[in-house]
Amino acid sequence: MAPAEPGPPAIELRGIDKRFGAVHANRAVSMQIASGSITGIVGENGAGKSTLMSILYGFYEADSGEIAINGRPVRIRNPRDALRVGIGMVHQHFVLIDPFTVLENIMLGAEGGVLLRRGKALARQELQRLEGEYGLGVDPDAVVGTLPVGAQQRVEILKALYRGAEILILDEPTGVLTPQETDQLFRILQTLRARGATVILITHKLREIMAVTDEVYVMRAGTVVAHRRTAETDIGELAELMIGRKLRLELDKAPAKPGAVRLMANDLVLHDERGVMALDHVRFAVHAGEIVGVAGVSGNGQSELLEVLAGMRTAESGRVQVDGADITPLHPGDPARMRALGVAHVPEDRQRLGLVVSFAATESALLGYQRDHAYSGPVLLHHHAINRHCRTLMEEFDVRPRQPFLRCANFSGGNQQKLVVARELARRPKVLLIGQPTRGVDIGAIEFIHRRLVEQRDAGCAILLVSVELDEIMALADRILVMSDGRVVGDVARRDADERMLGLMMANARPADGASTA
Amino acid sequence: MIFRRNRARRPLPRWADIAVVPLVNVLLAFLVAGLIVLIIGENPLRAVRVMIVGALGNSEGIGYTLYYTTNYIFTGLAVAVAFHAGLFNIGGEGQSYIGGLGVGLLLLAGDRALPLAALVPLAILAAALFGAAWALIPAYLQAYRGSHIVITTIMFNFLASALMVYLMVNVLIAPHQMSPWSREFAPNAWLPRADEVLAGLHIRAAQSPLNLSFVLAMIACVGVWAYLWHTPWGYELRTVGQSEKAAIYAGVKLRRVIIVAMCLSGALAGCVGVNEIMGVHHRLLLGFNLGYGFTGIAVALMGRNHPIGVALASLLFGILSQGGAELAFEIPAITPEMIIVIQGLIILFSGALANLNRSFFERLLAIGPGA
Repeated sequence: MAPAEPGPPAIELRGIDKRFGAVHANRAVSMQIASGSITGIVGENGAGKSTLMSILYGFYEADSGEIAINGRPVRIRNPRDALRVGIGMVHQHFVLIDPFTVLENIMLGAEGGVLLRRGKALARQELQRLEGEYGLGVDPDAVVGTLPVGAQQRVEILKALYRGAEILILDEPTGVLTPQETDQLFRILQTLRARGATVILITHKLREIMAVTDEVYVMRAGTVVAHRRTAETDIGELAELMIGRKLRLELDKAPAKPGAVRLMANDLVLHDERGVMALDHVRFAVHAGEIVGVAGVSGNGQSELLEVLAGMRTAESGRVQVDGADITPLHPGDPARMRALGVAHVPEDRQRLGLVVSFAATESALLGYQRDHAYSGPVLLHHHAINRHCRTLMEEFDVRPRQPFLRCANFSGGNQQKLVVARELARRPKVLLIGQPTRGVDIGAIEFIHRRLVEQRDAGCAILLVSVELDEIMALADRILVMSDGRVVGDVARRDADERMLGLMMANARPADGASTA
Repeated sequence: MIFRRNRARRPLPRWADIAVVPLVNVLLAFLVAGLIVLIIGENPLRAVRVMIVGALGNSEGIGYTLYYTTNYIFTGLAVAVAFHAGLFNIGGEGQSYIGGLGVGLLLLAGDRALPLAALVPLAILAAALFGAAWALIPAYLQAYRGSHIVITTIMFNFLASALMVYLMVNVLIAPHQMSPWSREFAPNAWLPRADEVLAGLHIRAAQSPLNLSFVLAMIACVGVWAYLWHTPWGYELRTVGQSEKAAIYAGVKLRRVIIVAMCLSGALAGCVGVNEIMGVHHRLLLGFNLGYGFTGIAVALMGRNHPIGVALASLLFGILSQGGAELAFEIPAITPEMIIVIQGLIILFSGALANLNRSFFERLLAIGPGA
């Protein structure tokens, strides 16, 4: 909070305008970001937040408009210019070199001379100073690849500070963090603010905005629709401003009526490419008519679990039972067979698995069902039926734009996801495996997809939901499994679960040994 | 530079992508080639005229042009099919050689026993099978052993040429002669020439090597198009090429698709043998395939891996081959090697430098209407 500080704002944007062809990504955006504050920018996907930050960081130049830093007008043509005026960015996906140490990563691009020795010594000195000032708690000699995600993120912050950044932009920084790591990040941001740094936080998680920011800008369709002091607003108002209409944050769903066991995993074991146990004797059951959520920090075996259940990988031991059929290492299931058994799969990575971005929507809407008799004769594909099917899916799931022949890459993330979910739900599957259903999807679409999932559940589908968003798990699941290091470390009914408890389980700080079986 | 490197771009509209960009590439290549002609002291405009007239000016020239085109279509389609599966088949050279061997062996065995109507489908089958077999081994090694297809297919080109030399010199050579040629097939095993067929229709055309395998090439274009875009197998093949992970997700058998794609590719390349052995030389010999396999890569590149594009690019390379031969004949200062330089320039501009010109157009259109 910058109380009676009369100095110029750290960043002033005046009338920023940016078009990409027909898309007006930013129109007349003006903002004043006070020096020494934490300012949140929220908005749905495609609202123009990222474009705006890219302009500020020099990835793009605005078509028109002005930027002033600390009262001085500047022109930022590339990230180097941005650094020169003191703007640093922490990207959503870290740009670190895993086998390098923290020190080496931080001095990369600022080595300071032909020989490394002197530069290294200087860098170490500077790091010690920063450590003393901000207390980030990062060991300069640790190898980055061995650090937990939260620490890697702190390395990114350190990197920006090392380069003299006084204004830090964080793009969706909490997506990969546990709740505890998120809290730690926020404490660091508060320290930064106390030392006079200015922080811009881009997020779609409104609770985080409420927790840590001083002011918040809401963007919609390329414009700033609201500017609030955080203390004077609430989640409901921000959500409404973001999507431009009232939103039901609470999903009203009836209690589950679980039926027979539809999907059972029995002692699944799998090692990943590095020989690490990705699945460590995983066992659980999903009943018809219930949603079982799998919570956990990403990379703790959830992805492998989904792939094994979908038949994309074969476990080394253990069995999967789907509606009575057995899938064991001796009788491996392949994705085609699993589909025939009534297992639908919405993969975690829709860009690489769920659809083919270079294909037209019609072709991606066929993915996995290309041999189905409805769409393919003995030799030729029935393009007519395929196109009609795609149109129906688009209609039912409100995929926009409603252009079946548009390449998938040209749809926004939310619409891509709606297309994938539509395709997988169209068969009324007995079992639905769904990973990160709303990753990178805007709030309106999240609500829509969530309601469809509950509908499926009520129609008797057994749903296994993997998500790193605790909010999502809490909103949807009837029962929650927690995975950590490839093991199921917790199995609790939704009504008995709270975020703190799940967070502790995710960090594998179990209350007591052997508490994993409920 | 007026335009900044990080200025936003948007993808080109289809018409520009398909028509304008390749055309400009070709023109640029000709421009540079013209400069070279100028440097050696000849008139580039005259050279162009000689080339065009030589390739398209009379029925003989057209015949030769289309005869070259036929080979390029086969090898271009071969590269395109493999490319759609994400495989870079450099082995068209060897596959067409061995395809020709298949045709030759069949005709040497059956030319006196069977009528043409039976020999034609059998020869096509033999070419396809032999070509496919030569692609099968690299395909297997790629699918099951992870040996890179580029390396193995290149090695198989050398193997093919060594094998052919051995066979021609030691086994198949006709008795009482020095040249490594087989005996000539009986005339009933010769694929009818275009001028003969046209004469049957009372159309006069000068004699040229153009034969009925041109029709086969056209059918192959349609077949490849239908296979890739209208069958579930083609769909799966393209899925593998775009995203292996998505293909696995979709239940596609990755290894099977790799093998099928390479065999199809090899079969198409093998059909060069039908044109050359059954249609032109009427005997088995060495080196009939020279260069077609490699030029096929450029053809596919220029034709954007689409059968229509491949056919058009083949025509261009056909014109270059025939017009180039005329050029070397009419203007002695321009040697056959110069023609290869021109071809090389086209490959350079439409391949390696294609994106140079593309980004220019992207910027041009980005500041044009609608921006």
